[in-house]
Amino acid sequence: MTNLELQKTANEVRKGIVTAVHSAKAGHPGGSLSAADMFTYLYFEEMNIDPADPRKEDRDRFVLSKGHTAPGLYSTLANRGYFPVEDLKTLRHLGSYLQGHPCMQETPGVDMSSGSLGQGISAAVGMAVAGKMDQKDYRVYTLLGDGEIQEGQVWEAAMFAGANKLDNLVVIVDNNGLQIDGKVEDVCSVYPIDKKFEAFNFHVINIDAHNFDEIRAAMKEAKETKGMPTAIIMKSVKGKGVSFMEDKAGWHGKAPNDEEYAIAMADLEKIGEELAKGGMA
Amino acid sequence: MADVKKIATRESYGNALADCGKDFPNLVVLDADLAGATKTATFQKAFPDRFIDCGIAECNMTGIAAGLATCGKIPFISSFAMFAAGRNFEQVRNSIGYPHLNVKIGATHAGITVGEDGATHQCNEDVALMRTIPGMTVIVPSDDIEARAAVRAAIEMEGPVYLRFGRAAVPVINERDDYKFEIGKGVLLREGKDVTIIASGICVESALGAAEKLAADGIDAEVINIHTIKPLDEELVLASAKKTGKVVTVEEHSVIGGLGSAVCDVLAEKAPTKVCKIGVYDKFGESGPAAALVEKYGLDAQGVYTKTKEFLK
Repeated sequence: MTNLELQKTANEVRKGIVTAVHSAKAGHPGGSLSAADMFTYLYFEEMNIDPADPRKEDRDRFVLSKGHTAPGLYSTLANRGYFPVEDLKTLRHLGSYLQGHPCMQETPGVDMSSGSLGQGISAAVGMAVAGKMDQKDYRVYTLLGDGEIQEGQVWEAAMFAGANKLDNLVVIVDNNGLQIDGKVEDVCSVYPIDKKFEAFNFHVINIDAHNFDEIRAAMKEAKETKGMPTAIIMKSVKGKGVSFMEDKAGWHGKAPNDEEYAIAMADLEKIGEELAKGGMA
Repeated sequence: MADVKKIATRESYGNALADCGKDFPNLVVLDADLAGATKTATFQKAFPDRFIDCGIAECNMTGIAAGLATCGKIPFISSFAMFAAGRNFEQVRNSIGYPHLNVKIGATHAGITVGEDGATHQCNEDVALMRTIPGMTVIVPSDDIEARAAVRAAIEMEGPVYLRFGRAAVPVINERDDYKFEIGKGVLLREGKDVTIIASGICVESALGAAEKLAADGIDAEVINIHTIKPLDEELVLASAKKTGKVVTVEEHSVIGGLGSAVCDVLAEKAPTKVCKIGVYDKFGESGPAAALVEKYGLDAQGVYTKTKEFLK
């Protein structure tokens, strides 16, 4: 896909996020929107997957360690053809297969249940170990929040991945700088993130989370990196694409009301129109 | 009784894993720097390519096992019960229990028979924790024969299983031709009509010893070995309780949430019966030789005999 096609797709993913969270009257739009470009790149460009065969044995795996941003994953999976986009409106509803946090038994395309922060990365490490044991060449991707890396288990997993030279593993940190109680540096600073992963024997790449050239280059570099896992630290804007949500901690875990929903969709429609004209100025 | 064979069930665990390694090529064993103590080193020696030492990081080990299970492996995670079930509770619940992954938890050094290490390492709460997790099977073997059979049965079934093993050598009590292990099926070891003694783990031997002493007093005790705490063999428990009208439970575990509670849950609902729970009474353990602790906490044959006599008064 060209960058423009990816941008258009990511914009559709963002519309699905906002629509799902609005319909659920709850959920986590901020961190879903900040990672929307990465979700899009992974499922539309990077990963070897097949929506018609979600459990294909040699597929690449993805674990959403920051499981609360399930709307981002669900919207991406829906747009990729795993299930109808229309079903995003059932998010968090009683009886829906789109649970508040990812559930691998319920939702096609979800490789691991997650939501309790710090645990998904360990499961991703386990998948990478299985790949090495079986001499399979699938790759494993996991997405973490920057607040999430305050969890100690993240560093247990990172230490193991580095020590075991899991070069089939890519750990992505969504550095939108905000967590529920405020800025990550004010709550309990996680910085420097890159130096920490370097110290845990990762190959580290810093990128702009909303620049597809940088995402593409980082993924290529990760693939070419042998003998160590890769960490991609992506600087992002929480709530990206929705004017009133951007860079606001308050939109971590809150749904827009009807009026706000209309504004959010208008924002995204406008971005869509710009993209249809051939790209953002 | 001079030469009763004694083997610690953690030893049985390591041996069983090594035995099963050939039959189950997907079997993978993980440990957290305790391979010598949990006896998974026996498996490691035989199958080094399928052994993973995660270092002292039990929570990460649990997540790694979950990831391995999603890729078709049958992982066993091993540590002391205190860490495998205690420290790890939420990882076991959310990364293994909720997705119902095929991970087996081999917890050694359970209960007060850890001995000299003392209270920090004597886990009397693991069965209570594990049996609250939906879909979790919980097994507490009573000796070497049962422990080895339980490991194989756990591998043969699909889904998460918690297996509880001990540090101290315990007598082999199930050596007989007709011994058969089936998950969820209790074993009637002695028929009686006056009282039912239901025991698990190392306390099965104590229950049998107590029954001998009670017999000398003219009390006819029925003894049941419940190796699977969950799912509980309700049929066997109910039939015996209805027959004798009085139930004693014995376990090397807190009386809160373990075997005694599981038995009370079913009796309260389906056949209200007076129950005497013998176990660790809402307190922490302490340092000391295993045998001395078992005696002090009233979990030996004499202790079970004394409490049962009081109960029957």
